[in-house]
Amino acid sequence: MGMKLNAIRRHAVSWTALLPMAAIVIVAYLGTALWTLRISLSSSRTFPKDDFVGLAQYARLFANDRWMLSLENLALYGVLFIGAALVIGFLLAVFIDQKVAGEGVLRTVFLYPYAMSFVATGLAWQWMLNPEAGIQQAVRRMGYPEFRFDWIVDQDMVMYTIVIATVWQSSGLVMALMLAGLRGIDEEIWKAARIDGIPKWRVYVSIVLPMLGPSVATVFMLLATAVVKLFDSVVAMTQGGPGTASEVPTKFIMDHLFGRANIALASAGSIVMLLTVLALVAPILYARSRARRPREAA
Amino acid sequence: MKPGALPPRRRLPGPARLGVYAFLLCAAAFFLLPLYVMLVTSVKPMEEIRLGNLFALPVAVTIEPWAAAWSDACTGVACEGIRGGFWNSVAIVVPSTILPILFGALNGYTLAFWRPRGSTTLFAILMLGAFIPVQVMMFPMVRILAGMGLFSSLPGIVLVHLVFSMPVMTLLFRNYYASIPQELFKAARVDGGGFLRIFVQLMLPMSTPMIIVAAIMQVTGVWNDYILGLVFAGRDNLPMTVQLNNVINTTTGERLYNVNMAATILTSLVPLAVYFVSGRWFVRGIAAGAVKG
Repeated sequence: MGMKLNAIRRHAVSWTALLPMAAIVIVAYLGTALWTLRISLSSSRTFPKDDFVGLAQYARLFANDRWMLSLENLALYGVLFIGAALVIGFLLAVFIDQKVAGEGVLRTVFLYPYAMSFVATGLAWQWMLNPEAGIQQAVRRMGYPEFRFDWIVDQDMVMYTIVIATVWQSSGLVMALMLAGLRGIDEEIWKAARIDGIPKWRVYVSIVLPMLGPSVATVFMLLATAVVKLFDSVVAMTQGGPGTASEVPTKFIMDHLFGRANIALASAGSIVMLLTVLALVAPILYARSRARRPREAA
Repeated sequence: MKPGALPPRRRLPGPARLGVYAFLLCAAAFFLLPLYVMLVTSVKPMEEIRLGNLFALPVAVTIEPWAAAWSDACTGVACEGIRGGFWNSVAIVVPSTILPILFGALNGYTLAFWRPRGSTTLFAILMLGAFIPVQVMMFPMVRILAGMGLFSSLPGIVLVHLVFSMPVMTLLFRNYYASIPQELFKAARVDGGGFLRIFVQLMLPMSTPMIIVAAIMQVTGVWNDYILGLVFAGRDNLPMTVQLNNVINTTTGERLYNVNMAATILTSLVPLAVYFVSGRWFVRGIAAGAVKG
């Protein structure tokens, strides 16, 4: 009896310690998500309403040009940003891994942008890309009056400027994680490759890169969640403009939540975002937990 | 480069070696360029910016833009510089670093050693929660905080940061404690240590490395936050990032680029200082936080 009582007390104490976490999981994570789902099925405007309109808000959402444009922008941005950050980060890691002098300094230089806020770096890039005051004007004054680099005010090119700024900010992170992966690779591989006379770049592409699979998956997940979250940089650099040319889903949702008082439409948008994230992340998490399980059992 | 030459004597670098350095130096120049432009712009007088070259070194160095950015740049209505934002950010960052670390450590300790029934499931849901976009939680959280009377207040924004940092803080400490031998915990139990006593007297003192990593992550993360501060902090507590964006994107009339750049650097000083001082710890934090799930 005493044993049992002890066990109960033990459980009670440890559950009490976990109460704040349980409250946050149930209220702040699950509760808010369900609440948002509920609002997205209503006709709420400024205040939540209790009616039920089925998927009408979702239909309106996907008939909304601004939303569709923001999805298109995000898809374009996502592919370019993830691709460029992965390639540049990997190259930086490989080149740093060649036992170069000044490795510490180089790593610091490549990673410092990641320590800054997206607002600050976005503002710095906005200033450099500004055609009247930035790079375009500087090159013109150097004696090339025809030089044009006005992407940030060009509706067709503006998304690329956001890619440039955010790749600049994030590829150091890719470099740091890839370099950690590279340092974990067995030196024997290099000896074997040297004996077989395989060129270095082939070893990197055919042997090392596949071995870095887990690092790449981690980096991919980090970058993918950053893509979905993209907001600060857009607000700082373009505020969604020129026109609506650099509109992104997060900004669409924030505008409809707080500026345009259409919380049902905004909620529908955020549920779509949530489903997208889950679709992206679930396979990776599943693969990971499956890969981990046998090892844990052993 | 001929591999296999054993004595590591200094040789003249071959073309491949030069290529490596050329690539790295070009990349370093690209990465440093924005910082360089920000720095030189922030110490130029406006005439020099209007007539000169973006990349040119300043002719007449002035620190006036820095003073202006700090104490009289205009943010929408008031012209008091971004010093107010600086102190607001400090007021937000300090509790938003201490509380999440405390709760993260407590959660991690309970999950790793006491493992009450159902806690693994709870932890799994928390980890999934880390992937929920903030927009999904935004409106309900505004309503909940308003109902508690905490919306647009300092405790409100701290609570929001606690909520959003709980997954990663819990994960950090759980993984750290999971690497500590269970025997140590069992021995402490046999010696009659209770829940709190083992936590405070044994585990917390052992957690210094993780506390440092977690503090670096929280300080930089909370300082750099924009969207949560914008929505939840309220007019009197707007963090520095929000004020910075207001200074730059709501100006009417001539844009004072030198003041703007000085304000941008000022806003970045705290996280940059943390980064430069902490070095490898910073990377360790990224790596530890990256293994979500």
